[in-house]
Amino acid sequence: MKKFSISEQAIDLEALKQSMRHDQAGAFICFEGWVRNHHEGRKVQALGYQAYAALAETEGEKILAEACEKFGILDALCVHRIGDLAIGDCAVWVGVTAAHRDAAFSACRFVIDEVKLRVPIWKKERYQDGSSDWLHPTA
Amino acid sequence: MTITVLYFASFQEAAGMDSEKLEMPTSLSVLYESLKQKYQFKFQLAHIRVAVDGVFVDWQHKVNEGSEVAFIPPVSGG
Repeated sequence: MKKFSISEQAIDLEALKQSMRHDQAGAFICFEGWVRNHHEGRKVQALGYQAYAALAETEGEKILAEACEKFGILDALCVHRIGDLAIGDCAVWVGVTAAHRDAAFSACRFVIDEVKLRVPIWKKERYQDGSSDWLHPTA
Repeated sequence: MTITVLYFASFQEAAGMDSEKLEMPTSLSVLYESLKQKYQFKFQLAHIRVAVDGVFVDWQHKVNEGSEVAFIPPVSGG
C-alpha cells in the first residue's frame, strides 16, 4: 500500500487518522504543516506547491520505510498537497503510530525533516504586494 | 542522442516551459552548465541534484536515448 502520496485535493485529516488505528498502538503522533500568512517579514496571500510527482513519491516512500526501520514504529503515513492553497490550509500531514510515545515522536520529527530536505516539492509564495517567488532554500 | 529535460519551479519560470527535447552532450554536468548559461539558472551545480527517469542519480550517470532528465533545484516542501 502507498504510504506517501501527493494530493491535489484538501487532505482529509480525520480519515487519515482513523486509517492508522491499530490494536498494538499505544501512541499516535501527527504533524500538520499549515500555510501561514508571513515569510521573512513579508505578508503572504496564498501559496502554490509544485511536485515532480514520480520522484516525490519514490523518495517519500523511502523516507517512511527508513522511519519504520530506524525507530521500530508500527506505521507512518505522509500526504503532501500540491496546487493552490490558502492561508490556514494543511499543506503536509505526517502520522505515526507506535507502541510507545518516544518512538512515535522521534519518527514523526524525522519524517517531516527529511521530507522538507529531500522530496522534490517546491513552494511558490504570492505576496500581498502582488509579487511572487519560488522558494529554494540553500543551507 | 535525444533526451527530454524537465523543468520545475524557478527553472520552469526561467526556461519558460516545463520540458524540451535536446541533444545529450557528453555528460549531465555539461548539460546543466549549458542550460544554466542559456536560461540564467541561478544555482551552481553543487546546489542542485539530478534525476534520470524518475530516480536520483550521480553526475557521472550514463544517460540512454529517450531518457527523462530533471534538474532538481533546492526543494521547499512542507
